[in-house]
Amino acid sequence: MIEVVSEARCISCDICVRVCPADVFDAVPGAAPLIARQDACQTCFLCELYCPTDALYVDPNGDGPTNVAESEIETLGLFGSYARAMGWKRGQPGGADLDPTFYIRTAMGENRS
Amino acid sequence: MASSTFTLPAMEHVTDVLVIGGGPAATWAALEAVRAGSRVALVDKGYVGTSGAAAPTGVGTWFPPKASRREAAERRAARSFGLADVGWTVRTLDESAAGLEQLAAWNYPFPHDETGALYTPNLRTADYMHFMRRRVRMSGVRVYDHHPALHLIVSDGVVCGASGIARHSARPWTIRAAAVIVATGGCVFGERVQGAAGLTGDGYLMAVEAGAVLSSMEFIGQYGIVPFKTASNKGLIYTWATFMREDGTTIESHGEDRQVLVARALADGPVFARFDDVPPELQRNLRAGQPNILLPFNRAGINPFEERFPVMLRCEGTTRGVGGIRITGETCATGVPGLFAAGDAASRERLTGAISGGGGPNSAWSIASGRWAGRSAASFAAHLGKRHETRSGAAVGTARLQPAAVDVVKAEVLPVDRNFFRTGRTLERSLAQLNAAWSTLRSPDGLSGMDALRTREAAAMTATARWSYTAALHRNESRGIHRRLDVPAIDPAFARTISVSGLDVVRVHDDAPVAEAIAS
Repeated sequence: MIEVVSEARCISCDICVRVCPADVFDAVPGAAPLIARQDACQTCFLCELYCPTDALYVDPNGDGPTNVAESEIETLGLFGSYARAMGWKRGQPGGADLDPTFYIRTAMGENRS
Repeated sequence: MASSTFTLPAMEHVTDVLVIGGGPAATWAALEAVRAGSRVALVDKGYVGTSGAAAPTGVGTWFPPKASRREAAERRAARSFGLADVGWTVRTLDESAAGLEQLAAWNYPFPHDETGALYTPNLRTADYMHFMRRRVRMSGVRVYDHHPALHLIVSDGVVCGASGIARHSARPWTIRAAAVIVATGGCVFGERVQGAAGLTGDGYLMAVEAGAVLSSMEFIGQYGIVPFKTASNKGLIYTWATFMREDGTTIESHGEDRQVLVARALADGPVFARFDDVPPELQRNLRAGQPNILLPFNRAGINPFEERFPVMLRCEGTTRGVGGIRITGETCATGVPGLFAAGDAASRERLTGAISGGGGPNSAWSIASGRWAGRSAASFAAHLGKRHETRSGAAVGTARLQPAAVDVVKAEVLPVDRNFFRTGRTLERSLAQLNAAWSTLRSPDGLSGMDALRTREAAAMTATARWSYTAALHRNESRGIHRRLDVPAIDPAFARTISVSGLDVVRVHDDAPVAEAIAS
């Protein structure tokens, strides 16, 4: 679930407050949003894609908080790693036109008669 | 039925077609209704673009070439355990193909295949839903994010709108419409899978309260294999998985579904998987093409192609199961005038049979049913004309449960030994618990804001579990993802659809055999 909103990276645009389908965040005037309902997080990683400054970190553990430290995420270079793998930049989509999933589905014999 | 009243001043709006939901089916429905000339409003519990089961995943649409579409439908119907309808399937595939062509014409950034041709059967859903949001807004649809619907509004048996709350302001809202499309997705019973936040069965509850019937609700025994504790129920890559026990011995497959293999083995201890035999080129394509599959491994520092990792099963409910609001045909009408259903909110047995439509078929269904529902609702609205604006209706539905009911639902529906593998006895015991929760955990009326939403979600989940297990008890056989250990064989007499309705008393409608019921 959502673990970190980096105060250092966040620009308080509140996009995550708006786009989270589980309504996890609360906006805080002039500051980074608060993780107000962590338990409601569905671990979909989409907030990371929409964040224009790679300020969010979602841990793959969907069952409960891991309390991973921001410094560890920074050291491991994990901020924005999903967006980079997808080709999204500054919160905007990109990379769908380069998706090689065609090869995977061909390997599986899908959509062949 | 009693009406629910709000004390705060409500946001009021009048439109022709109201769409409830924010995933693929909802957005396609909205776009088609606009194209057919309707004014359209769309309300979603979450955010259009990230809501629903599809958005986080990335999905292949079932897209056999036109020339072999019927043959593909026949092949799938042959392994669907007798409930699928070939003609219906072909029409779904045709309509879905038209949707994909439309996306290409709108310049959705599809990739190109090795021949340089546009490759449309795969949709990277984060991008797809971001794109659909933009199209919906450009088309003039009024989009209300974080506006969960709580009740349908009914006038003389005709659905004429919905009411709910704005999640961030707690302000009540009422939207009157000539026709309403429920595209709220399925129900995953509080399981921690991606998309689960919105998938609490709200649409089923609202529809049944307005008089609709549900079908194939017994087919919720669909579970996804996920890396231990994660919510990433992406099945595709397990095609290449070897499963093993803690001591490293391989769990041999005897031709059963891999979920069954894992479910049986989990009864004896931890199960591990490794993606063996994936050639390096395919590994590269998986990393590049399915970053969300590899994400949990990358963050845990595991190379799943070489190292084993523990797995578990997570319930996927009606989302990758089958059941939903029974629709009467390609109009996606529900039998309740003014009410239409699309996507996972609608029942899919005619397409998927008694097995999961997860991935390809469900993606095709969301496009096809969304488009059908959008056009039908627009046509219904055009027929009513301005008359609908003067109707006086009342919000229907009084079911509200304390959030504690959700714990009962989770305990009775999520465990493998309750829902994946069933017996008449366990189903009866679970039903008794769920019925007790339904009658003793009632929550008072008059709650507002998030409290009103939570009590309605708890009621919707509990009702959905009761509908599912009532149908499962009635289906005294095993068929597809309905696995009864006490009656393991298929009974040809049950080659038919079972429907349910009702709230305090759940009624079973045992439909005529499929061959007679569906003339295609």
